[in-house]
Amino acid sequence: LAPWIPVVGLEIHAQISSNSKLFSGSQVQFAAPPNSLVSFFDASLPGTLPVLNRRCVEAAVMTGLALNCSINKKSLFDRKHYFYADLPAGYQITQQRVPIAVNGSLSYSLCVDNKMSQMVTKTVRIKQIQLEQDSGKSLHDDTRSQTLVDLNRAGVGLMEVVMEPDMCCGEEAAAAVRELQLILQTLGSSQAVMAEGQLRVDANVSVHHSGEPYGVRTEVKNINSLRFLAKAVDYEIQRQIEELENGGTILNETRAFDSKLGCTVPMRDKEGKQNYRFMPEPNLPPLILYDAKSLPANMDHQQVVNIDWIHERLPDLPSVKRVKLVERYGILPEHSFALLNEDGLTEFFENVVKQTQMKPKKVIGWILNVLLSYLKQHSLTVKESPVSSVLLADLLNLLEKKEISSTAAKQVLAELWKGEGKTPLEIVKEKKLELIQDQKELEQICQAVIDGQENEVIMMVLG
Amino acid sequence: QAATVAVLDHLEQLALVDFRDTEGVERLRKAIQFADQLQEVNTEGVEPMDSVLEDRCLYLREDDVTEGNCTNELLKNAKEKVEEYFVAPPGNIPLPKLEERETFLKGS
Repeated sequence: LAPWIPVVGLEIHAQISSNSKLFSGSQVQFAAPPNSLVSFFDASLPGTLPVLNRRCVEAAVMTGLALNCSINKKSLFDRKHYFYADLPAGYQITQQRVPIAVNGSLSYSLCVDNKMSQMVTKTVRIKQIQLEQDSGKSLHDDTRSQTLVDLNRAGVGLMEVVMEPDMCCGEEAAAAVRELQLILQTLGSSQAVMAEGQLRVDANVSVHHSGEPYGVRTEVKNINSLRFLAKAVDYEIQRQIEELENGGTILNETRAFDSKLGCTVPMRDKEGKQNYRFMPEPNLPPLILYDAKSLPANMDHQQVVNIDWIHERLPDLPSVKRVKLVERYGILPEHSFALLNEDGLTEFFENVVKQTQMKPKKVIGWILNVLLSYLKQHSLTVKESPVSSVLLADLLNLLEKKEISSTAAKQVLAELWKGEGKTPLEIVKEKKLELIQDQKELEQICQAVIDGQENEVIMMVLG
Repeated sequence: QAATVAVLDHLEQLALVDFRDTEGVERLRKAIQFADQLQEVNTEGVEPMDSVLEDRCLYLREDDVTEGNCTNELLKNAKEKVEEYFVAPPGNIPLPKLEERETFLKGS
């Protein structure tokens, strides 16, 4: 049997981190009273017009540059028509013909065979990034056979990032999205929290045999976490393989991931192929971006988005941060991944290193193996840690000066975790954990132990 | 594409328009005829223009909160509401197929 080659592409919608919406001045905020963050334009009342938010344009340019895209100095807005209760205008304003950024790439890393020490770098091509409006939210009330609509989210700015089908499994998809999430959070263009709907991922999955054309693809929606993304993609790959091996065919359909059952199911309310009747948005002229060369002399600078200006101000991306950590502290690449993977952990590590004589290579063990497991066990973030970087540095200094043993240090940490306000030194004195340095005292203790266990000693000496 | 019954039925479904009667369909056919005159112009090598605004500057707004907080006013337009939510049917109600619709197109 010829092996199946799975092909996975992703469409990712990231909510732009801005005060107001893409085309209106209503506020962007999670969890507010229903329909309180809605302007007349958002509700699609007649006579209202879209006005583009400069911050959203800058966010898209930043993201495009971070993903190595070509920024289109002229991009266009279009209308995508479909009927749904949470889309009051009956169309979404998007960028279908000429989006703001195209042809980029994203590099991400994977552990080979789950071993952190063997990491491999993969790349996925970014087809494009486009600006578009988010829709409102529908709450389905099946008991009363109705849908409740909240338009607070309608019109919030989104960046749709389209990743080419360069991935082959759930693990790759999740790793790519994770890296994108870290990049967006570093740039500040999106907070990208999946649980709050700020980052939504749809997966396009198909399988084929080597040498043959790509198979029919399905679209999988309703994926709410990275873990579920990997599960959904892997399930769908398996489902398609089994279907084809049993002589069946794959329908070009949209499926929803059911997290409880761990499977994908056909989605209701998607009647056949949609015809979106794309047309240019007549109320918006082309979006023109400038760079140092093309900057017009007399323009109001508030009306100018300068690509070069934004490029100069990009922060260090995660990949650059990791290299710098390895170079500066002599830690391993997989350590740098672990540090960046937990919000605030890098800062914590660097603060401890600043305040202790212990070498960073040793400190990293305490951060990743000890502190991090405590945090995970108690479901705490780094910011919520009862042990501050100061306290941990104090403790590590005691260990470094050989005033306590490694085992004792772990005991002290367990006490510090209780957050009772005691210092490491106080705990050491309280529990008498100091290492005994006096030779004579040590001899006395050993002799006492031997004297108390005469039989065992004889057995040992006899071999 | 000729304005055949199949095309008109498709348009009615996509755009939820109702051509209503022969007069309506005839008006559509005349509009298509009128627009077809565009084909007589040689546009080879000419960039399509999709907006007369193409030379205008797209105005960029500052990212300030200036609107919203008018829940009551918006809900005044709602036929039905539940606790500040708009009420809609459970899902899209698909337009019945041609045979089942009250459309004069059936007769064509």
